[in-house]
Amino acid sequence: MSRPSDYVDAGAPQRADGPSNDIMQPKLGFVGTLRFIWRQLTSMRTALLLLLLLAIAAVPGSLVPQRSSDPNGVIQYFTDNPDLAPILDNIQMFDVYGSVWFSSIYLLLFVSLIGCVVPRTKHHFQAMRSKPPRTPARLERLAAHTDVTLEGGDAGAAIESAHTLLKKSGYRTELYQGKNGDVSVSAERGYLRETGNLVFHSALVGMLVTVAVGGGLGYAGQRVVVEGQTFVNTLLDYNSFNPGRFYNPDDLAPYALTLDKFDVTYEKENLDAYGQPIDFTANVTTRLPNGDTEERAVKVNDPLRFEGTDVYLLGNGYAPKITVRDPDGTIVWTDSVPFLPQDGNLTSLGVIKVPDGLEEQLGMIGFLYPTAYELETGAYTSTYPDLVFPVLTLNVYSGDLGINDGAPKSVYSLDIDDMTQLTGGKTGVDSIELMPGQSQDLPGGRGTITFENANPDAAAPAEDAVTTADFAGSVARFASFDVHRDPTQGWVLTFAILILGGLLTSLFVPRRRVWIKATDNADGTVRVEYAGLARGEDPGLGEAVDALAYRHGTALGLPR
Amino acid sequence: MDLNQLSVLSLWSAMAMYALAFIAFSLDLARRSADVTAVADGMASGNAASAAAGAVAARTGDSSVATLTRPDVDAPQVEARRSPVLRVALALTVLAFLLHLTSVITRGVAAERVPWANMYEFGLTGTVLITAVYLVVLLRIDLRFLGTFITGLVLVLLGIAAVNFYVEVVPLPPALQSAWLIIHVFVASAATAFFALGFALSVLQLVQHRRQSGGADLKTLKLKFLATLPTAQRLENLAYRTNIVGFILWTFTLIAGAIWAERAWGRYWGWDTKEVWTFIIWVIYAGYIHARATRGWRGSRSAWLAIIGFAAVMFNFSVVNLFFKGLHAYSGL
Ligand code: HEM
Repeated sequence: MSRPSDYVDAGAPQRADGPSNDIMQPKLGFVGTLRFIWRQLTSMRTALLLLLLLAIAAVPGSLVPQRSSDPNGVIQYFTDNPDLAPILDNIQMFDVYGSVWFSSIYLLLFVSLIGCVVPRTKHHFQAMRSKPPRTPARLERLAAHTDVTLEGGDAGAAIESAHTLLKKSGYRTELYQGKNGDVSVSAERGYLRETGNLVFHSALVGMLVTVAVGGGLGYAGQRVVVEGQTFVNTLLDYNSFNPGRFYNPDDLAPYALTLDKFDVTYEKENLDAYGQPIDFTANVTTRLPNGDTEERAVKVNDPLRFEGTDVYLLGNGYAPKITVRDPDGTIVWTDSVPFLPQDGNLTSLGVIKVPDGLEEQLGMIGFLYPTAYELETGAYTSTYPDLVFPVLTLNVYSGDLGINDGAPKSVYSLDIDDMTQLTGGKTGVDSIELMPGQSQDLPGGRGTITFENANPDAAAPAEDAVTTADFAGSVARFASFDVHRDPTQGWVLTFAILILGGLLTSLFVPRRRVWIKATDNADGTVRVEYAGLARGEDPGLGEAVDALAYRHGTALGLPR
Repeated sequence: MDLNQLSVLSLWSAMAMYALAFIAFSLDLARRSADVTAVADGMASGNAASAAAGAVAARTGDSSVATLTRPDVDAPQVEARRSPVLRVALALTVLAFLLHLTSVITRGVAAERVPWANMYEFGLTGTVLITAVYLVVLLRIDLRFLGTFITGLVLVLLGIAAVNFYVEVVPLPPALQSAWLIIHVFVASAATAFFALGFALSVLQLVQHRRQSGGADLKTLKLKFLATLPTAQRLENLAYRTNIVGFILWTFTLIAGAIWAERAWGRYWGWDTKEVWTFIIWVIYAGYIHARATRGWRGSRSAWLAIIGFAAVMFNFSVVNLFFKGLHAYSGL
């Protein structure tokens, strides 16, 4: 079947490719050597070794954090193992799946695969058009063999009916005349097995190529949107954006997306899971340039497919709205600041930077406790993720925020190297502590700060009524969306289905040759022989031959 | 008593039945060994037929049988006798399976969802599938000699799940609320069940191979019951057929997982630790299938690959779930 020479069913090896050949290698010449190497590369043994090597090479990527899937883990690893990490980095241990060594293994494997599949495909096309082979002289030598002797009738008629039977059963057939006056039908079926195998291997190549190309044609971007805010699908409006090599950001589909409301449902009945979120829904309105709007929902596990992009809901949290006024009462800064959740009860950490309008730049590190509970130490913790008793605490720093030189700085971290701490910690001044709707003076007469109540109907709670006030909706929520475009995804799925389909046919369609031979005996009886030969794994061969014999007997009118 | 308590109760009853079945299957193996000894002694005294009633020494030359019966070259060296203890063992296994199944179903009803959403439930359902696959295969192929292995494995895995992984019923977090949870995880469990069976057959194949290459002398045989088992060749074929079913299911698991990952995380493949191990397992078994088709690798070498593959499956379920960091944080622990 034009498979590699070390394929188990390939018959006796035609050449000695083994060690004995090494001695003769100098004689091979340049072309000969190339041919020798090529033959080695496309052998079953090489394919097997490369497969096993691939499995082994994939292991380290699960032991060491990877930049692609866990960049923070890599940074942490460098901190934890300052001596080991640079060495590992040198051998690309943090980028295993894009590393030179991992890539060379799978590329070699795929070269071998192509070198193996192409000749087989050619051969298979020929095989499908050629006749089933001549009937062997001695059928009884085959593994599956059985015979019957018919009283009367003649060999020609027996074979004619055998011919019909085999054709009906999906065999390709050919009639042959033997030397001893016997007639026989030679039949073969199960070409689909090899077809499946070739489809499977070719689809693997297709998959690899699609994945390699596909990464370059699309993009991925992230954007955090607070309730009420609108995100416009342009490069400038993303928090981060990673275009593929061939992607032009000018091609971004023009649309806008408003986060109207973010709904969270918490478990309240099952005490084993009290407060566990059981549903997140981002209710959004999409808007096209022509003014068409539509209300849609984005959920975990249920992305919004829109204008060739996929919008995923990957995270959410609180975004307290804070306003800072100068000593005259003029607003110098106001914004809803997304705070990053730190635990299951949504204790959240955020940073506020007030660059202009005050004498000195101000920075604040804040914690939001949706349901605050004071521990014995005086510190707060959150005991429930919803807004039952929200408290915001802030430590204030003054000085240089380090953002004047225009270098990009994460909005989630504050560089306090050039700043002086004014509240909390060792300063002896209490941290600022606010509930929604409350205001407080900034230290040193710098002005005031307000924690706005996002619920328009809520009045600022009186100092003595905070424990009974309803804080539902007092802090806006944010959703973080991932927006992706990958135009090759459909192809990847197509190849995946071909892989599965090819696999099923190639492993379960039996490929067999069957011969039925009839000989007129001198005493007027007819001897009919049935024999089968499997190509590849075929546990049902014996049964199949027996069944054929039975059905043929029935067709010939044998008593049943 | 609520449904979940009922589930736990039937789980422990199932474990008790598995334990009894395990003992019965072990007794059967011991009895097989005794039969083989008897045949060996009988042959020594030149009277094989009367040595052990019903125990036949097969393979006595090539019988030239005519139509519709063929000599079975893969028949065991010594035919096992019909055995009451084996029937008891099977009955106990079926009983254990029914209790086990009850436990799985009641857990699912109690949780109002599929019972495979955390390690405890995955352990419960994965093992019930191992028994189910074993019992279904038994209808077609006589693999009763694997009873000790199957009941033993299921018992150990269930014990670990019940003692170390148990969690109360909690609702699904949004990340797991997907039809793909049902498909992906269920098919992965089914694949694991087939791989487990294939693993057992491959191990026996290796042992049987060593025995066969050591000669057919029953007297010097250490594990005497081996003589009542199929030949290494037949065990290899059975292992292959089981493992390729597992492999196809695993391929489907991989694809379904990628589809789900696309919906949940926005990318179909990201080399997350669990994805890495699913891939590694897939490649190992692809290697196994290749090995079976490679000259010089068929036989014992390929069997080792199947064994390594199953070791990786177990590793993926235990160590990777519990100790490796990644997005697949569903152990529930
Ligand atoms: C990416 C690498 C490869 C993978 C994942 C892979 C996987 C598989 C799988 C799963 C099968 C069994 C199903 C079927 O027959 O379709 C198979 C069979 C086969 N593969 Fe590959 N293969 C790879 C590369 C190769 C290469 C490089 C060669 C040639 C040297 C090759 C030659 C064969 C042959 C001849 C069979 C038939 C085996 C039989 O008759 O049982 N494969 N391969």
